[in-house]
Amino acid sequence: MWKEGQVRIPSGCAISGVISRSGRLMSGDSIVRSIALMHDRSNGLGGGFAGYGIYPQYKEYYALHLFYDTQQTRTACEKFIDRHFDVVNLSKIPTRKIPEITDEPLIWRYFVRPLPTRLKDSQLGEEEYVVRCVLRVNREIEGAYVFSSGKNMGVFKAVGYPEDVGRFYRLEEYDATCWTAHGRYPTNTPGWWGGAHPFAMLDYSVVHNGEISSYDANRRAIEMYGYTCTLQTDTEVITYLVDYLHRRQGLTWEEVAQVTAAPFWSAIDQMPPAQRVQLCYLRNRFSSLLITGPFSLLIGYRDGLVALNDRLKLRSLVAAEKGDTVYLASEECAIRAIEPDPDSIWSPQGGEPVHITYDRSN
Amino acid sequence: MIIQAGGKHFHPLNEEIRAAADDHITVKQCLGQRYIGCGLSGKTLTIEGTPGNALGAYLDGCRITVKGNAQDATGDTMNDGVIVIRGSAGDATGYAMRGGKIYVRGNTGYRAGIHMKSYRDKIPLLLVGGCAGSFLGEYQAGGVIVVLGLGRPPEEPIVGHFCGTGMHGGHIYLRCSEPPRDLPVQVSVRPAQEEDMTVIEDCLREYCATFDLDYDTIRRHPFLVLRPNTKNPYKRLYTSN
Amino acid sequence: MSLDFLYPVYEVMRNAGRCTNCRVCERQCANGVHFWSEKTGRMESDESRCVNCHRCVAFCPARALKIVRTDHTYKENANWTGQTMEEIYRQAGSGGILLSSMGNPQPFSSYFDRLLLNASQVTNPSIDPLREPMETRVFLGKKPDRIERDEDGRLIDNLPPQLQLDVPLLFSAMSYGSISYNAHESLARAAQELGTFYNTGEGGLHEDFYRYGGNTIVQVASGRFGVFKGYLDAGAAVEIKIGQGAKPGIGGHLPGTKIAADISKTRMIPEGADAISPAPHHDIYSIEDLRQLVYSLKEATGYQKPVIVKIAAVHNVAAIASGIARSGADIIALDGFQGGTGAAPTRIRDNVGIPLELALASVDQRLRDEGIRDAISLIVGGSIHNSADIVKAIALGADAVYIATAALLALGCHLCRACQQGLCNWGIATQRPELVKRLNPDEGARRLVNLVNAWKHEMMEMMGGMGINSIEALRGNRLMLRGVGLTEKELKILGVRHAGE
Repeated sequence: MWKEGQVRIPSGCAISGVISRSGRLMSGDSIVRSIALMHDRSNGLGGGFAGYGIYPQYKEYYALHLFYDTQQTRTACEKFIDRHFDVVNLSKIPTRKIPEITDEPLIWRYFVRPLPTRLKDSQLGEEEYVVRCVLRVNREIEGAYVFSSGKNMGVFKAVGYPEDVGRFYRLEEYDATCWTAHGRYPTNTPGWWGGAHPFAMLDYSVVHNGEISSYDANRRAIEMYGYTCTLQTDTEVITYLVDYLHRRQGLTWEEVAQVTAAPFWSAIDQMPPAQRVQLCYLRNRFSSLLITGPFSLLIGYRDGLVALNDRLKLRSLVAAEKGDTVYLASEECAIRAIEPDPDSIWSPQGGEPVHITYDRSN
Repeated sequence: MIIQAGGKHFHPLNEEIRAAADDHITVKQCLGQRYIGCGLSGKTLTIEGTPGNALGAYLDGCRITVKGNAQDATGDTMNDGVIVIRGSAGDATGYAMRGGKIYVRGNTGYRAGIHMKSYRDKIPLLLVGGCAGSFLGEYQAGGVIVVLGLGRPPEEPIVGHFCGTGMHGGHIYLRCSEPPRDLPVQVSVRPAQEEDMTVIEDCLREYCATFDLDYDTIRRHPFLVLRPNTKNPYKRLYTSN
Repeated sequence: MSLDFLYPVYEVMRNAGRCTNCRVCERQCANGVHFWSEKTGRMESDESRCVNCHRCVAFCPARALKIVRTDHTYKENANWTGQTMEEIYRQAGSGGILLSSMGNPQPFSSYFDRLLLNASQVTNPSIDPLREPMETRVFLGKKPDRIERDEDGRLIDNLPPQLQLDVPLLFSAMSYGSISYNAHESLARAAQELGTFYNTGEGGLHEDFYRYGGNTIVQVASGRFGVFKGYLDAGAAVEIKIGQGAKPGIGGHLPGTKIAADISKTRMIPEGADAISPAPHHDIYSIEDLRQLVYSLKEATGYQKPVIVKIAAVHNVAAIASGIARSGADIIALDGFQGGTGAAPTRIRDNVGIPLELALASVDQRLRDEGIRDAISLIVGGSIHNSADIVKAIALGADAVYIATAALLALGCHLCRACQQGLCNWGIATQRPELVKRLNPDEGARRLVNLVNAWKHEMMEMMGGMGINSIEALRGNRLMLRGVGLTEKELKILGVRHAGE
């Protein structure tokens, strides 16, 4: 049977996220409880989390999380990492042996900085350099897979139900200003850890629910800009789209939403001229990056959290606020599980992003 | 007004020419900028230096004078106006021109006057003082091409090979006595008669005045006139299937 | 004479019991098939003149006529077919190059027919196009690499000129001369009503049609007929015709007999003179020369019009397309080997070029591999038979399609493939006033609009089934395609998996 990347495996899912505007640290156990309540939206074939602000002691370093199939692969990959990066710390990622999670690969973590000479020779920006290295490992080193590569953030994922994945990775030991979580319901049984979500690139991490219908149009467009979709999952391609539009093109989140979940022409045609021109421009210029079909997604990044629904709102998404904390999840129950009494609760409109950033004053 | 072309890319240079308020413009230090006068009407341009390809393409009524040589495709699909080249012009001069006049003091390259046409009162004219390269007047469908052969050594032919290939309209005047040796069968050749010469007389005078040449000396020499035998050279080529 | 005799391929069957001798057939047939015989006291036919265009059949009020293929036969021979033999007889008799009309009729199978579309089941929803929004608007033109902002941070519209289409379909080039005034008017009006474009072909633009300029693509071919500043300015885009699928590498030739007064005016050449389009543009002998022509047209039109470069699908098409994308052109039009023509040498039409689907797939992939797919839009044509072909073409990577044969069929063409004779009984491929007037532009435009709207609805149904509600999400979405009965190699070129995979 083909594994993830050799074949496209559509999947349904549960997503949940929480962020503290003030940058207050929250332990990982609450997000585990939240996603656990949506157990029936997953089928045990993938779960994962992303936490922001979890590595304050190494916040200037890129935290590379890797899966290795074998020790040989690890040796080969570490050679690559040593050639390209200055490694200040490396270790196995601590896990807990539990019967629900089996067949784990070797799971390693490296805190790194690009080697200055290599970086200079590459004529790339630092982030682009890291992106290229990550894509190279994933494409070229058989059995090695970088599944997290941002600064002061990390992704933890596995094959299993998300609540079990959370226990496996001892998430209660991590404190983050923002968490996202994912429970997966793939329509195939890949049994490969890399295929679980979140999917991340640099400090962008994406969890998403729904099978998009524009997948191959998006993939073939984004691959032109230097990305390689090794997993063939929606989440992977969405992550690259976001990285391209937000980081590389410098679009605002509002504009990213106007590209990926663009309003219909019938709505655009009715808008005031300045707005019409902008939306027409974005839809035309980035037409291949429009995402169709159902999706709800949470995008974590260094400055905050963004939630976005497809323009027909074919997937559920609920938002809530309590004090300085904002909650987003596929179902209201997942929010109430960790915040029974929110100040407000609402359903975001399709195509309109919910964008939460940290208060600068903090 | 004077526009300095030195070092400019064609795009800003041509913008500047199009936008110029003055009808009389001298472009100095021109070197390789293409499309000068492209589609332009109502201006008089003088160009110092070597303009790039497609000088005066789709020209619609300007007068352009080049003080040096011109490159390829001068007057491409030109509709109206006058282009004067004081030096020589490159290949495909006057390609598909439908109207206006091109006066070249020196030689011209391959395929000059290719697919030149005429239409109603529009009878384009290409007048070359020196010699012309091969395929002169290929597919010519109308208009007048004149080659004077001035200053050529006696043994040098006035025009290269395959003159008038596919010609199905218009006239070619060659100021020589011996017809080109490889004329295709659909082109007929005969010595120019007085009535033939009256057709080009005005232009020839204007040409001589432009370049300060003695009209009578040039006119005195015999000319040949090339014409196609038929307007429909390929009629019998096909069979319906 | 007897050596040149060829038995007519079609026979006119007249039902004597039904025929009322009303002589409508005689009046309708410009080929002179039908005539009244005093001797026999009934209508007779000379089937040797019949091109099987069905005009008489359609107009016979008594439904007394039908055309059948003759059962007259040569001695059976699978190697030397009757058609092959007759072509030799024709050439032995005339010494001529065989000349045919319309697209390649040989039994090459269509790749579109061996590609199947996807539909949503369970994992994501299909969309009901009758009640939910379903978008078919397309913009053609170059997209800039980088966004730009003004000092207030607002996005600057830095897009080069674009063509906006309400439906991803344009009417491809057919010159005035190869088709009639009324056919052109039908196309122009339909394009306007549909929010798309028709194409002048290389015969210039009739002064009456300048008012449709906003929906007109003006073509510049090697003959440069009717090309002048006003013409270039009149259209919404300028198309450089390098080649045509039906006759790659071959020029054109509209015989002087078709250059009637009006055509002469539009082409800006004398009446009765042959209109010869040289095989190449004589200012383009190399790819860098294409750049020169592209920019001369941009200069002439003040950079206000997208420039399209139309090429035939030939062996090295992907590399050529890459060269075009780098020439400054805004749009490539790719014409497959089954595209139509008013007239082409039979051998060229039937033997030169490659299938559209393979060309499209390799061009789209090549442009993506080189990272320049955004630098150019892609229109494809050459036997787009129906709306499913359009959906498949877009899924393979096209931005839009060109149709011509299908448009002519909508106008009444019965594909008798005798356009070169200029006696089109349906008023399409003719310049005879009495025939031209048979095509009513009101009716013609209405039928074209009907056809395209029907196709649009079908496309929306197919898109909706796939859960796609905007055409741009279909473009290049090859996962929506699966092949059946294709070899590994074919699938690889198409970038498509086999059904069941």
